[in-house]
Amino acid sequence: MVSNDAYKALESVMDPEIPTLSVLDLGMITNVAVNEKNVNVKLLPTFVACPATFYIKKNITDALQHAGFEWVEVDLETEMSWTSDRISDVGRKKLEAFGLGAPVQIDGVLNLDQIEHVACPHCGSSNTELRSMFGSTLCRSIHYCLDCKQGFERFKPL
Amino acid sequence: MNETVKNLLYRIADDELIIGHRNSEWTGLGPILEEDIAFSSIAQDQIGHALANYGLLNEHFGEPIPDIIAFSRNEKEFHSSQFVELPIGDYAFSLMRHFLFDHAESIRFEMLSHSSFAPLASLAKKIKGELKYHTLHADLWIKKLGQGTEESHARMQTALNEAFPYALGMFEPSKYDEELKNENIFEGETTLQTKWLEVITPILEKGNLQLPSLPIKERMYGGRQGYHTEYLQPLLDEMTEVYRLDPAATW
Repeated sequence: MVSNDAYKALESVMDPEIPTLSVLDLGMITNVAVNEKNVNVKLLPTFVACPATFYIKKNITDALQHAGFEWVEVDLETEMSWTSDRISDVGRKKLEAFGLGAPVQIDGVLNLDQIEHVACPHCGSSNTELRSMFGSTLCRSIHYCLDCKQGFERFKPL
Repeated sequence: MNETVKNLLYRIADDELIIGHRNSEWTGLGPILEEDIAFSSIAQDQIGHALANYGLLNEHFGEPIPDIIAFSRNEKEFHSSQFVELPIGDYAFSLMRHFLFDHAESIRFEMLSHSSFAPLASLAKKIKGELKYHTLHADLWIKKLGQGTEESHARMQTALNEAFPYALGMFEPSKYDEELKNENIFEGETTLQTKWLEVITPILEKGNLQLPSLPIKERMYGGRQGYHTEYLQPLLDEMTEVYRLDPAATW
């Protein structure tokens, strides 16, 4: 088997809290090593306290076994930190289609401006305000669009 | 050397676990929905940060798995500061503790992100980014309530006066500080405290809040060595109630 088989399987492993976004869209995979029917995947967790990490790890193992790999190993990547800048362009579009605002690029330093300002995923207006830095999951904040008068959540920049 | 790093990790993780437990007591009781969610999320982060640090103890120093470390020790074995075990009080007190604690943690992890103990440096880099949300949230309320009405200002000042002697207990010097510094693992509690005062003072001033001046003997030390207030053991009893029914249960 080749690494393309593994990537194809990984495309089907979704974030349980945002089921249209795969682990690849989120930039959670840092390495895939295939050797015949063996595969080793490096998984980069998002938020330290994200309760979905171990569930995702299990889903990756299941998906790769289902794709035909006989020996599957998923290691947690600890050498580097995940940042929302790792979310792909496709991932950002999927977030908006799901009704969540996308995080802006932070390039290493997060400030209040980046947390407060986001375009409304419903009407595209940038006339929005931050209602709460904490939302229904660890990775979401709550905002309100002053143009279309709708509340919405956003995937937090980190 | 091992004992030194272990002690540091226990201090950090125990603080996170106990304050996380306290902050979770606001779940369902927050004064407004957004604050209820904020304290619940902050608590979730803190329990996660405790888990990650207990994980380092397990992985690198042969300590038991995190659940056992967290749920099977009595108060004497906890290295948390007395500050984190105090009851939640009114919302002013909880907000003030959140402000004082999260700024200290934020600076602590910034310092640790340069640690010579690589696994801790890597974890600290990750955690310090998440703490940005905690400190920005706290700063907002310090300013808002400090500048608000006469009553909100008075309650925040009272909370600061009550919290401050205990907050200084977070920086209780330890016999391990010198080695931690010499080995470039952690610059030490005294440096941390100095940096912390530099950060919190101007923010408190924006809310017209004044740091009480305190003689050194009024700093609430002891927690790091296992001397706790009457509030820790009842918290542990409650936190471990389910675990103790069947410690070997799997979920």
